[in-house]
Parts: sequence; C-alpha cells; structure tokens
Amino acid sequence: MRTFIGSAALALAMLGSTALSAMAQETIKIGYVDPLSGGGASIGQIGLNQLNFIADEVNARGGINGKQVQIVGYDNQTNPQISLVQVQKAIDEGIQVIVQGNGSSVAVAVSDFITKYNERNPGENIVHLNYAAIDPVLTNEKCSYWHFTWDASADIKMEALTNFMKDKEDIKKVYLISQDYSFGHAVAGAAKRMLNEKRPDIEIVGDEYHPLVRITDFAPYVAKIRASGADTVITGNWGQDLALLIKAAGETGLDVDWYTFYAGGAGAPTAIKQANLENKVFQINEGINNLGYGPAEERAGAYMERFSSAPVYFPRVFNMMDMVFKAMEEAGSEDPGDFIPKLVEMKHDSFAKGEEGFMRADDHQFFQPLYIAALGELGEGEKFDEEHTGWGWKLAATVPTEDTLLPTTCEMERP
Amino acid sequence: MLEIILVSTLNGVLYGMLLFLMASGLTVIFSMMGVLNLAHASFYMLGAFFGFEISRRLGFWPALIIAPVLVGLIGMAVERYGLRRVHKHGHVAELLFTFGLTFVITEMVEMFWGKLPVDYRVPPSLDFAAFTVFSVNYPAFRLFVLLISVAIFIALLLTIKRTRIGLIVQAALTHPGMVGMLGHNVDRIFMLVFGVGVGLAAIAGVIAGPILITQSNMAALLGPILFVVVVVGGLGSLGGALVASLLIGLVQTFAVAFNVSLADLFGTSQLSAVLEVWLADIWRVTIAQIAPIMPYILLVLVLIFRPRGLMGTRDT
Amino acid sequence: MNQSATISSAAPASTRAGLLVRYGIWIALALTLLLLPYVFSSRLALSTMSLMGTMIVFALSYNMLLGQTGLLSFGHAVFFGLGGFATVHMLNLVGGNSYPIPLPLFPVVGALGGLFFGVLFGAVATKRAGTAFAMITLGIGELVASSALILRRFFGGEEGITTDRTDMLRVFGYSFGPQIQVYYLIAAWCFLSIVLMYAITRTPFGRICNAVRDNPQRVSFIGYDPSTVRFIAFSLSGLFAGVAGGLSAINFEIVNAAQMGAVESGSVVLMTYIGGVGNFAGPIIGAILVTWLQLILSDATTVWPLYVGLLFIGVVMFAPGGIAGLLSMQQPLLAARTLHRVLPYYFLMFVPGAVAVAGLAMLIETSHQFSIRAAYGPRMTLYSIPFDVTTLTPWAIGAVVFAVGLWLFLRAARLARNAYDAALPQRGNR
Repeated sequence: MRTFIGSAALALAMLGSTALSAMAQETIKIGYVDPLSGGGASIGQIGLNQLNFIADEVNARGGINGKQVQIVGYDNQTNPQISLVQVQKAIDEGIQVIVQGNGSSVAVAVSDFITKYNERNPGENIVHLNYAAIDPVLTNEKCSYWHFTWDASADIKMEALTNFMKDKEDIKKVYLISQDYSFGHAVAGAAKRMLNEKRPDIEIVGDEYHPLVRITDFAPYVAKIRASGADTVITGNWGQDLALLIKAAGETGLDVDWYTFYAGGAGAPTAIKQANLENKVFQINEGINNLGYGPAEERAGAYMERFSSAPVYFPRVFNMMDMVFKAMEEAGSEDPGDFIPKLVEMKHDSFAKGEEGFMRADDHQFFQPLYIAALGELGEGEKFDEEHTGWGWKLAATVPTEDTLLPTTCEMERP
Repeated sequence: MLEIILVSTLNGVLYGMLLFLMASGLTVIFSMMGVLNLAHASFYMLGAFFGFEISRRLGFWPALIIAPVLVGLIGMAVERYGLRRVHKHGHVAELLFTFGLTFVITEMVEMFWGKLPVDYRVPPSLDFAAFTVFSVNYPAFRLFVLLISVAIFIALLLTIKRTRIGLIVQAALTHPGMVGMLGHNVDRIFMLVFGVGVGLAAIAGVIAGPILITQSNMAALLGPILFVVVVVGGLGSLGGALVASLLIGLVQTFAVAFNVSLADLFGTSQLSAVLEVWLADIWRVTIAQIAPIMPYILLVLVLIFRPRGLMGTRDT
Repeated sequence: MNQSATISSAAPASTRAGLLVRYGIWIALALTLLLLPYVFSSRLALSTMSLMGTMIVFALSYNMLLGQTGLLSFGHAVFFGLGGFATVHMLNLVGGNSYPIPLPLFPVVGALGGLFFGVLFGAVATKRAGTAFAMITLGIGELVASSALILRRFFGGEEGITTDRTDMLRVFGYSFGPQIQVYYLIAAWCFLSIVLMYAITRTPFGRICNAVRDNPQRVSFIGYDPSTVRFIAFSLSGLFAGVAGGLSAINFEIVNAAQMGAVESGSVVLMTYIGGVGNFAGPIIGAILVTWLQLILSDATTVWPLYVGLLFIGVVMFAPGGIAGLLSMQQPLLAARTLHRVLPYYFLMFVPGAVAVAGLAMLIETSHQFSIRAAYGPRMTLYSIPFDVTTLTPWAIGAVVFAVGLWLFLRAARLARNAYDAALPQRGNR
C-alpha cells in the first residue's frame, strides 16, 4: 500500500514538469496537431515538413509583422482524446493557431473542442485550420466560426469530377468501390446522386463497400468489377486500400478507367507504375506538378529537393498558410479574433496555377480551381515525376472555381 | 455462375496459400516451443525490407536466400538474449516480450527506411501472365508463391515427422530434461527452432513484399489475421494451419462474390419493415461488405464449438 | 507474488492506531485527489490529471484480468469504448433536461454497458485461458473495431458521437463546463472505483481469482469451476472498464470507434505491466507514467514508441513485477530497518544506469536525425550540446557512454543485489 504514496509522488513530479507556464513570446507559434508516430505518421510528418518549409521561407523574408514564425508539432497518435489534450497543451503554451488535418474523427473532435473552449473562455480566441479532413459535416451541420478548411469536401470534388465525366461519351457502365465508413459512403452517395442527374444513361453496375484497411487480397473485388462489365471505376479509397486495389487490377489485366480522390497520396503512384496503368488512373485535387506555372514549380521544386526522401506535398497547405499569413499582416495582429475577419471572403491566387479561389463566409470552406489529371510517362517540358517512378501527373481538365460551388446548410454562429 | 465459382476458387486458393506462407513460421515456433510469437508479423516485415534492400543491390534471387538467413540470425539472437531470459516467468511473460518487440522493430524499420512505402517490385523474370481464365490473367509470381508454400509445407512436414531432428525437437518440448540427458543441447535446439520460424516469416516477407505494400505499418496491418489462422487451425498444428489458411482464403473470396443482405432475405413483408427499424444498420449490410471480418467471426465460432481448433491436439 | 506480503502488513486492525493504519492510506489518497488541483492549477494539468484518472480506472480494471486472474487480454479497449458509447448515447437522450438526471451519475451507464458486453463476450472468451484466451480477445477486439465503422448509426461512423455535458440537470449550480469540475467528478469516481476494486481483491472471490491464476486444477478440485470464476472476473473487469469509458465520454464529450481499437488495447497492456501486475497499486503507477509519456515524451521525440517499447521489454525481462514490484521489494527492508544499508548501492546503480540511458538516447536520437530528419540538416542539439550527426564523433560518444554506463550498471546491480540479500531479514519472503 505504500506504493500508493510512491505513485502519488511520481504523479506530482511529472505534473510539475508539465506545468511550465507560457513564456512571453517574440515569435508567432503555430501548433501542428497530427499523427507524428504510429501508422498515421507517414502522412502527418509530410504536413509538418511542409509547415516548417513555409515557416523558413517566411522567416527568411523577415517574418510576419516583424515576428518570426515557429512551428510546434504535437503528436496526436490519430487519437481524438489525445488530440484534445494536445490542443489544450498548445493553448497553455500560448498558441492560438492550431493546424490539424488527418482524420475526420479528430477534426470533428478538435473543432468541437475549440468552439466550446472559445465559448466557455470569453476573450480567448483559438482557430482551427484544417488542411485535410473533408467530411462534409465539418462545413454543414457541425460548421464553426473558428474552423476553416482548405481541402475541397467530398461533395465538391465529386461535383467537379462528374462535371468532367458527363462529357465523356465512352463512359457507359460505372462501378463504385469505397471503404466502408462515413467518408466512403459520402463519396459513393454523391457519385450516384450526381451521375444520375447529369448522365442518366450511365448505368451504375456495382456499389461495393469494404472494411477500412483490413484487406490484403483485392483479387476477388477485381473479379467482381470485371464480371460487372464496367468500363469505369470511381473510388474514394486511400493509402494501402487504393494501392492494393490498383495493383490487383494491374496484375489480372483489368482494363478500366479509374477516377480517384487520392491517387496522388504517398505510395499510390508507385503502385500505379507497378501495375503499368498508364493514363488510366485519374485523380482530382487542388494542384499537381507540371502545370507549367513558374512560381509553383520553383517553390515545389525547392521543397522536393530539401525533402527528397519524402517528396510529397499538399498544394492546399501552401494556400492555407499563405492566406493566414496575409490575413495576419492585413490585420496587423496574430490574434485570430482580429485576423479571422480578414480571412473570411479573402480572395487568393491558388498555389498550383495562380488561378483565383476564395474563402466562403457561409461555411469557411475555401473554394479553388480543381485539376483532373492522369498518371503517365512524362512529356516534353514536364519536369516532375512522382516518387521517382519516371511517371508524372498530366492534366486532363481544369475545373474552374465557379464550377465547384455547392450550397451549404451551415448556420454559423458568429461572436 | 461457373465463372464466379472457378475464379473465386482460384483466387481463394492463391490467397489462402499466401496466408499459409505467412503463418507457417508462427505455427512452427508454437508447435515446438509453445510460444506464440506476437512479433511474427514484425519479422515478416523485416524480411520484406531486407528483401527490398538486397534485391535492389544483388537481385531478387539472392535476396530470397540472404534475407531469411539474416532475419533468422536476428531471431536467434532475440531468443538467446531475450526470450530465454523471460521463459522462466511463464507464457504470459513470453507473449508480452514478443509484444514489446513489435514496437521496437517497427520503430527501427522506420528509422532505416522511413515511413513511406518503398518501391519493391516483382522480379522481371516472373513478371508475366502465366495463364488466363475467363480473360482474368494469373501472374506467374502468384503461382510461384503457391509453389513455395507447397514446398515449405512438405519440407516442414517431412522434417518434423520423418527426421531425427524433428523427433528431438518434438521431444524437447514435452520432455526437455530427458532430451537434455540424452546429450542434446535443448537450449540450442530452441534457439534454432526460433531462428527457423522467424526465417520462414522472412521468406514470406521477401515474397509478399512485392505483391502487397512494403511499408513500416505492414506488420500492424497483417498481424491479427495470422493469429486467426493458427488458432482456427489448432494451435501448433501445421496441417491445421494449412486447412485454416485455405478455408479463410476461400470463405473470404466467396463472401465477396455475394451481395446478399438481411433485407434481401426477408423481402418486403410486414415483418421485414419491423425488423428494418430494429436492426437498423445491420439490415442492409451485405455479406460482401463484411467479407474481411468473416475470419474473426470464424475464429469465435470455432472456439465456441471446437475449442481446440480444426486439427489441434491439445487444449491450450 | 508480493501482493500478499504487502497487504498482510497492513492487516493488524481493531486498535485505533490499527484503524488509522488501515484507513490512513485511503484518507491520504482522497486528500491527494482533493488537493492536486491546488498544486497544479494550469488547464493542461487539469486535463492531464483528468485523463490520468480515467486511465487509472481503466488499467486497474485490466489488472483484474491480468494480475489477479492471470488472463492476458488484447481486446480490453472494447469495453472501455462500449461503455463510452453507452454513456454518450444516454447523455444525448437525457440532454436538454428532458429527464432530471445529474451528470455525475452517468458513469453508471458506462458501467452497465461495460458489464453487459463483458457478460456477452466473456461467455465466449473465458471458456479458455492462456494463449487461446489472448487470441480470442484479439479476435473480438478486431471484430468490434471493424464492425464499429460499418454500424454507423450506433457508433457514429469515423467522427464518432459528440455530446454536451453541460446540458444536464444541475445540482448545486455546477454546470460541469469548467475542467476543474470535471476533474472532481473523475477524481470522485476514480476514488470510488479504486476502493471497490481493492475491496474485491479482499473478498473470497478475489482470492479464488488468484487461485485460478496460480493453479486452476487445484481450484477445480476444491469445487470451483475455473471458467466460471474467469467469467465473473471478466464481466466485473468489463464493468469497471465501462466506468472508465463513461468518464472519458464525459471528459472529452466525444466517443468514437478509434477508442476501441488495437492501439488502445495495447496501451492498457503497457500501462498495467510497466506499473506492475503483482501489486494492486501497480496499474495506478503505470497509468500515470504511460499517459505522461504519451503526452510529454512525444513532444521531445517522435520515436517515443521506441523508448516505451524498450522500457516495456526491459520491465518484462528484468523486473517482471513492474515498478510497483521493485518498490514493494523494499518493504521487508523497511520493516527490518535495513533499507539505509542498501540505499547507497541503489544510488551507485542509478548513476551509471542514467548514464547508459543517456548514451542509448543519444544513439537513437542521432540515428533519427541522420535518417528520418535528414531534411532538417545534420545539426542537432541534445542535452544542450550542439553537434553534427554526419561526423563520427557523436555516434562514438553515444556508443562509448552507453557501453560504459551499461557495464558499470551491471557491476553495480550485482553489488546492489548482494547488499539487498544481505540486508534482507532472515527467513525473508524469498
């Protein structure tokens, strides 16, 4: 029983070291709460790399409002509960800007926490910058004044993708395959709804769901796609669920076009090259390499040179930080309470090609031009390949900002 | 219909044999040492990364030999300096030791190869379609996996049942004292067995690496299914592991082919309207949707109705 | 195990002084829980302590299986998560004050949820013990975690179910908005759970559990069915895990499927074993330590799971009793008043031990900077010494420091062991 006392003493000693008070700061600290260890870290680390890269750029120019920018990483282990304690830790250390992206589960928890925090602690303003979680609830039912998102939501991407597909006459039969969780259902649901409306002649020959990251062998699914006679597959899969699916398709010689959200994600280009599916796999996102836009090539080139072991970046993170820094400078303040009004309705030339996008006031969603591209052999003047495969993204179509607009059900409460 | 059955059977067998390849080392270690090696998938991952590193320098075939030997040696060191120490604290301590090992190996792999997938490819000499059934190509590499699995099964079976070494090893598990007195070094036997088991995991890694994704989270993603295989088959039974692998491969593959849900079974009657409200989510879930979860359902069912597993000989 | 020795020394009661000894520890515990927020008043400290309180209940419930009944489960988070879901659904049902139930009563819902599923899954799992039991729980864990994403209406899909804890009937005007009020709620439940779980270890049932752990055959000879005993222990353990889940739901106002996954199940194994399974207080130490490591060590280095893994392996290999086991080994020396003879040796052991850890950390961090963090340049600072990882020096220094530290540590450990044996009173507990 004496060990009780021991444990209490241990707890005291530990808490003592955590209770370091926030120090007076000459720097602008930005908290990055994302997975930095465990399975999710492969993506979480990329975001941190990119934030550090941007901070170094800004600091080399003399900082923001004369202050240096510092990125502080907090490992949330993709666990919503740990995330909330880490956000609390960041706030206690004087951080007012929280960047988070991976996992809608975490994003909903963080956004909810920050909104309640600001409400329960008047005078304190914390903002949640979301660069990757795209569950539509975040900009609809659960939208918040303190949450901003830069990635296009599943509905927006599908709206743009179906606008592109509706003009392709050779699409007759479409197969849908998605991971069995809320995001996968959002993707498949939107695809069915929108295709039905825009191209009623297209037949949906399959609507398949499979458990999230549980599958090692996709051969049966590929056999099913083949048996359905589909010529096109739409999938919201990411990570190994996409890479293994593509590999299985390549192995067995399935000849269809693939429309994906995440074929640009880490590991997927390698799988596409291994499966030898040249110009067959399309992805939609907010920017690719090889758009021939000078400033982007220069900046992305410098980034990929520095992080050559993981040469993957998210154009939206550039958009996000550029806009936030611009808002801070316009407001002359780093307090979210001051710079949020500048951020709302801000127009911004998107990173990838300099085309204009804007932050919508209704739901704090950034609307931007989207690009549909296929992976294939690099052509003349195309400098960047993906993951050292020798293949790169080649533009198939540009969807201008105005074709991505979707209504929102958000009823935002503004302070 | 014939097409579905034939293609599904083929896919199921190929997948099942891949599972057996991965699980064989686990069964070997368990049947001879009584240790369930929770780090088995981690050694499998080590095998894949070693295979990747060696095959890009020396080629795939040398990698198929060298990587398992290296991993086997690491395994022997782990047994000699780690596992043997905790052996005296009992099976729970052994399980926990191998559980701790999974963290360490994963972090080590990340330190050397990073967190992103590596580009580990099927060797060019096996990168062609072996045959085509109903316009489905079956790659030569998959057949190679099948051959290796069968070869390993036969070799292991013969070694255990027909050779002196096998007899000694089996005796060492039940009567270590007696075997020791007969002049055999029991400790060294266990060390070798662990090395061989772990080496088998590495062979599976070298071979499965190019088919699957070689990445630092591959161990965590694969892990549980292997334990299902060995438990369903009967802990420690090699034949059981083979049967269980094939069973799981076939069940999972055939389940994917069927889009039947409870809603379809009951049709549109008054009863079904009531059930739909009460069962909510379960109502519209198809068999295909839960196919990858089937092995776990199988596990629970087997343990309820046949606690020793399909071909197990004892109740542990 | 050491547990019986530890407990029996607190047993002589009936006199007033005896009563004080007997209940003093509980009063001290209650006072500590009461006063902690005055010592650590920052909001981070409050959130951290709230999380620790939850994890203490969770780890103790796990130890009812592992430590007391000898059942190694790899799916314990299932009950934690399901208890949380039960609580959060009830909160949303009652929310907006449609039924007059105050917030502090809601962990009961978690307990009932945990108990229900404990009974359900326990009926399957506890027919077996040992390795097979471990595998069944692993399978059940996978099954529930995978199903959770498919059954979206109950589990809320990936984003889970959110709630608002301030929406309940208020007693004495407490809204439970501020973290401090939630801390006290958790502290109270934590205290209650600790007392109850300790009480269970003192009942004949608790003793039978120990017997099932040590020798199930003999238990069946004296007329008890081991699998029934395991079943009851499993269900009770599910109940308390459900309480922990309920506390977590109230604390974070969100529950989701990730909470039931293999990672969470693994971390409770780490907590409990590192703290010590043979001692009732072990899991408490483990829960505090591992939670702290998860939150703080992760700031210092992203390879912190490596350190935790090494710590875990170290405990399994060298201190199977865990931290609490090491502490309670000092009990007989304290009683015999010979501890002071050993302390210098402990100090002698501690210094090179710390040096060895520092050397190992240097090796790990240098390799980490060299490989994963290569893009951040070769310069790094450790122990406030800047150096360049592309040169040989830091590696050599790290290796030498580690080797020398380890060698001296092993020497000192042998000395300490001898000193310990010498200081042990005759006919000691070994």
